[in-house]
Amino acid sequence: MIAHRIEISTKVNDTRSQVLLKKLQNFGVTEAKAIEIYTINKDFSQEDLKKIADILSNPVSQEYLIDDYSLKTPFDFALEIGFLPGVTDNVATTARESIEDLFKIKLSGEESVHTSQLILIKGTVSEEQIKEIGNSLANTLIQRIHIKAYDQFIKEKGMDVIVPKVHLLARPKADTINLDLTEEDLLKLGKEGILNKDGTRRGPLALDKESLDTIKDYFEKEGRNPKDIELESLAQTWSEHCKHTIFAAKIDENDDGLYKGFIKKATQDIRNAKGDNDFCVSVFKDNSGGIEFDENWIITDKAETHNSPSALDPFGGAITGIVGVNRDTVGFGMGAKPIINKYGFCVGNPDDTETVYRDKELKNPAISPKRILQGVVDGVNAGGNQSGIPTPQGFVYFNERYKGKPLIFVGTIGLIPKELNGEPSWEKKAQKGDLVVVAGGRVGQDGIHGATFSSEALTSGSPATAVQIGDPITQKKMSDAIIKEARQLNLYHSITDNGAGGISCSIAEMAKECGGCEVDLDKVPLKYPNLDPWKIWISESQERMTLAISPEKVEEFMKLMEKRGVEATVVGTFNDSGRCVVKLNGEKIMDLDMNFLHDGLPKKSLKTSYTKVQNPEPTFSQPQNMTETLLKMMSRPNISSFDFISRQYDHTVQAGAVLGPLHGKGKVNSPASITKPLIDSDKGVICSQALYPTYSDIDTYHMTACSIDTAVRNIIAIGGTLNHLALLDNFCWCDSNNPERLGQLKASAQACYDYAVEYGAPYISGKDSMFNDFQGYDKNGNPIKISVPPTLLISSIGVMKDVTKAVSLDVKFAEDLIYILGETSNELGASEYFLMNCDCHSPLDCHSREGGNLSPIGNTVPQVNADQSINLYRLFEKAIDQCLIASSLSPSHGGIGPVLAKKSIAGQLGIEIDLSKVPAKNITREDYLLFSETQSRFIATVAPQNQKAFEELFKEIPFGLIGKVRADQNFIIKGLDNKELISTTIQKLNENYRKTFKDW
Amino acid sequence: MTPKALIITGYGINCEEETAKVFEIEGAKAEIIHINDLIENPKKIEEFQIMAFPGGFSYGDDTGSGNAMANKIKNNLNEEFLNFARQDKLIIGICNGFQMLANLGIVPALNDNYGKRTVALMHNSQARYECGWVHLKRTSDKCIWTRGIEIIHLPIAHGEGNFYTDEETLNQIKSGDQIAWKYVKEDGSPANNEFPFNPNGAIEDIAGICDPSGRILGMMPHPERFNCFVNEDGWTLEKEKLIREGNQLPKEGKGLKLFKNAVEYFTK
Repeated sequence: MIAHRIEISTKVNDTRSQVLLKKLQNFGVTEAKAIEIYTINKDFSQEDLKKIADILSNPVSQEYLIDDYSLKTPFDFALEIGFLPGVTDNVATTARESIEDLFKIKLSGEESVHTSQLILIKGTVSEEQIKEIGNSLANTLIQRIHIKAYDQFIKEKGMDVIVPKVHLLARPKADTINLDLTEEDLLKLGKEGILNKDGTRRGPLALDKESLDTIKDYFEKEGRNPKDIELESLAQTWSEHCKHTIFAAKIDENDDGLYKGFIKKATQDIRNAKGDNDFCVSVFKDNSGGIEFDENWIITDKAETHNSPSALDPFGGAITGIVGVNRDTVGFGMGAKPIINKYGFCVGNPDDTETVYRDKELKNPAISPKRILQGVVDGVNAGGNQSGIPTPQGFVYFNERYKGKPLIFVGTIGLIPKELNGEPSWEKKAQKGDLVVVAGGRVGQDGIHGATFSSEALTSGSPATAVQIGDPITQKKMSDAIIKEARQLNLYHSITDNGAGGISCSIAEMAKECGGCEVDLDKVPLKYPNLDPWKIWISESQERMTLAISPEKVEEFMKLMEKRGVEATVVGTFNDSGRCVVKLNGEKIMDLDMNFLHDGLPKKSLKTSYTKVQNPEPTFSQPQNMTETLLKMMSRPNISSFDFISRQYDHTVQAGAVLGPLHGKGKVNSPASITKPLIDSDKGVICSQALYPTYSDIDTYHMTACSIDTAVRNIIAIGGTLNHLALLDNFCWCDSNNPERLGQLKASAQACYDYAVEYGAPYISGKDSMFNDFQGYDKNGNPIKISVPPTLLISSIGVMKDVTKAVSLDVKFAEDLIYILGETSNELGASEYFLMNCDCHSPLDCHSREGGNLSPIGNTVPQVNADQSINLYRLFEKAIDQCLIASSLSPSHGGIGPVLAKKSIAGQLGIEIDLSKVPAKNITREDYLLFSETQSRFIATVAPQNQKAFEELFKEIPFGLIGKVRADQNFIIKGLDNKELISTTIQKLNENYRKTFKDW
Repeated sequence: MTPKALIITGYGINCEEETAKVFEIEGAKAEIIHINDLIENPKKIEEFQIMAFPGGFSYGDDTGSGNAMANKIKNNLNEEFLNFARQDKLIIGICNGFQMLANLGIVPALNDNYGKRTVALMHNSQARYECGWVHLKRTSDKCIWTRGIEIIHLPIAHGEGNFYTDEETLNQIKSGDQIAWKYVKEDGSPANNEFPFNPNGAIEDIAGICDPSGRILGMMPHPERFNCFVNEDGWTLEKEKLIREGNQLPKEGKGLKLFKNAVEYFTK
């Protein structure tokens, strides 16, 4: 077959080429031109190819060439980037559909469409540099780079026509695996995977000795050896990622373990205490957690991480993360509609350029923090924007110890009516005789071993096939067809999402609802032929939901899906046999007892220890120039503006925006957002997120308390209430086989229980990722291990009765009074201010429990007195209800200094502050007063006419009238000696607040 | 008579529900219909007086924003859509919907030549998706949708809104009074291609154009997303001002005016 090449270039205003050139200028590139390539692998006539080029291009702004090349743009090198075989190519899928629709044909068999990008580069660039350019633009895990110098390009008449087709040898059969191995070989099987005939291994099963022994015993009793697919399936189902073995294990004296004994227990105790006011609807049992929104609606929430995939391919990891957590919404109950996306990116320092490597040979570098951040920002952009879900809330957080493995958080809030077709919407049950239907994308080799791989530390053996690219539009079509149509027509009994472990997990999970299943693997639609059966079963190819549909309704369902351009296939039957059976060509290749599959996993028993660390106290004295110090704090990555992200995420779609990511004329990032999901109701959803990873270097109990308090406080600050507020926990720990790390984890879980119960804020969903460790080599080939600081993300979700009462963070009018509510203590341990003054940039030296030096980050970690906080928050709710507060923001990272600056920048009005009026305990230094991270405080502005009412309301609480809003642009803070301590302007503050990510 | 509004959906269009809702608020009867259902039953189109191409990401913007959906319509429903455009009926295309209208040649349709593609919405000049608020000034006297508005504050959210056409076409659009909206600064002075007032680099700050009759409007900003007072960027400042002056807070958002104009075209 002859493939054809269509090149489309922009003839006017080629902004994309201009932006590309900007990126490449520091390589010495003087001109760059980006050209879109479509490779059409079907022998169309020239006339038809012209018709195709016409529909793929825009005559007003573009021109095209067919099977030809042009020298119109002068260049020295031509560089082409295309996808490797089997990698999702969304544009090609659309182009193929348009071509098929144009000619009313279907491309068949080997015929295909592919895209690539040709970049013509001019400049004094060496061959080495051009390779570097290629590597800077492409990810070689998923893309190919093809370079030709000008002479070669001329000689060979342009670039080559390349058709990236997957060719797999015909081998669709299941292998029997002998478990009668030496202990060493058995452990190797668990760690590195099944041995292939050629001596390579298939990738981690992540099964430890105890699990392997249990599996061996099971098959001895069955009187046979397992097939590969059975072993892989058990590995998926039992993985840390799916079964949360650490949170489920007995821990020290606590037989219930961390999850049942702390997290779930908190929720149960809170629900009991709330009695009739309990707003939980469905917690911890479904893909998301659900709480009441009003009498007719439920809102759901779920936060996930996609850390390991994002470390290898930031774009692909993040896009599959966000569309994956969207499916956790579609998979809630009978299917909720995603209404809000959230994100949180924890990455290494953006200016850190020192490369670390995955391999001893230094050939496999880890991606730099900057590129990881750029990639994940783009990934959530593509996934969220294309899905039509607003993203009003998110954060970025930087620490050198996220350099090896970033933490990429994504979350989705959903909306579902309480009742559907007369039944509670949150309940579902696959029934005996129902058909197993998979709807959405096709299955390929992508995402093999995602679940087991994320349960292992990241090393050079990490499989590239764990990488996948999301296809938001395929998912959008599917999710619309299900939640906007099939759901109302009552066409299915149960639904769940395909995430980690693919159909091996989703089908087996749903089969629990009725007691068994039988699946015919031949029926599963594939991206390319000859995929091994075990791969089909565990592949994590995206955009698929699994449904249970009765035989009477299946025809109607299939017809609807076809009309919506969604592929759906019956792949098996649910039954009550007590077995999970998989067949290939009519032959049983898997036949496992359902109980063993789900509950056969031996329960672990963990022992912990906790050594209290004594960090050195910092020795620096208060800087002379405090204006400079504040400006420096404003440009700290964890304090500065990240509006370059906020602005590229659609936060107004679905038309319910109330308070988005940026507040005030000065557009300052807000830690909380409000959305009105129903156009004709004034009720709103508030959400926020909080974390303090560096506090873990002092005490994980208080780290946790602060995260909870901040997530709650941010909601109160904007107008929420403690009466209707729930939490999500996402633990991202490290080295979790280490008793010390487990000791830290246990302390954190204890605080999770204590503070949630105090605040009456139940956990409704949670997730954990326990091995965020990077094992690799530094530039000299010395082995290094970089573990993330023990990180807990607390997400909060609240319901606000009347959004018109909402309070933004920007100061509003000159002469308004500025108050601080709550007392400030000497609590700067591991604070942004201490970290700024402590030169700890080497991840090896810093705060290591495995040895290494401790840094002078101090020990005075903020502590939360919940009784006092609750008192304050209740009054604050009242103040907002009585419209006494014109603006509010609560101090977190960096303390009140940055909060005052942000409020002033946002309102574009200066302020003056008298520090001596700040109620304080044990603080004599002005810099400590400004940057202490004491929790449970608010900075609010109040109209002068409300002074009396405001002060009367808060009379029982320590508060201070610390200053007022000015009519001009000056920002002035007087010190404890009543002299001017800081004097600057909004412009100066704003410059520093924005300079860190100015050119991103 | 209550006008019926056809809201098209499918393949990644994602603003259909809120677009239907704002038409209903203003008294139209809105029906969301999947493009494949229209292809199956093209006669259905004739039941409607208003047609809306909502915003979204049809086909993920692959092969150019709005292009693949326009191809689908051209391949399957071309005559039906062009007939609708030529009748005394109203059409609005918002954001991705504007991109579809432009690719279908339903706007600007110079000299009533409906179906000829003459303008493009290219990648934003900063080559990045941009979400924010802009001020628009009504610049056409004939556009039915914008009647009674001078300046309006609306959200934008797009990656390809950089309006472009050649000089001759531009002159014809101007002389036909077919520039419906221009991006301006808050005080109404020209944006003069200055970011973020003109958020995408559009030639002559053009944010929306209409057909020669003024019945058909394509625009990048999203009026349906300003359906309520609390949607507006900066509303909390306005709230504080109104409270201090002793005034009530309004309920409605100013974006509704466009949909009201459309309904009144048939009811008044």
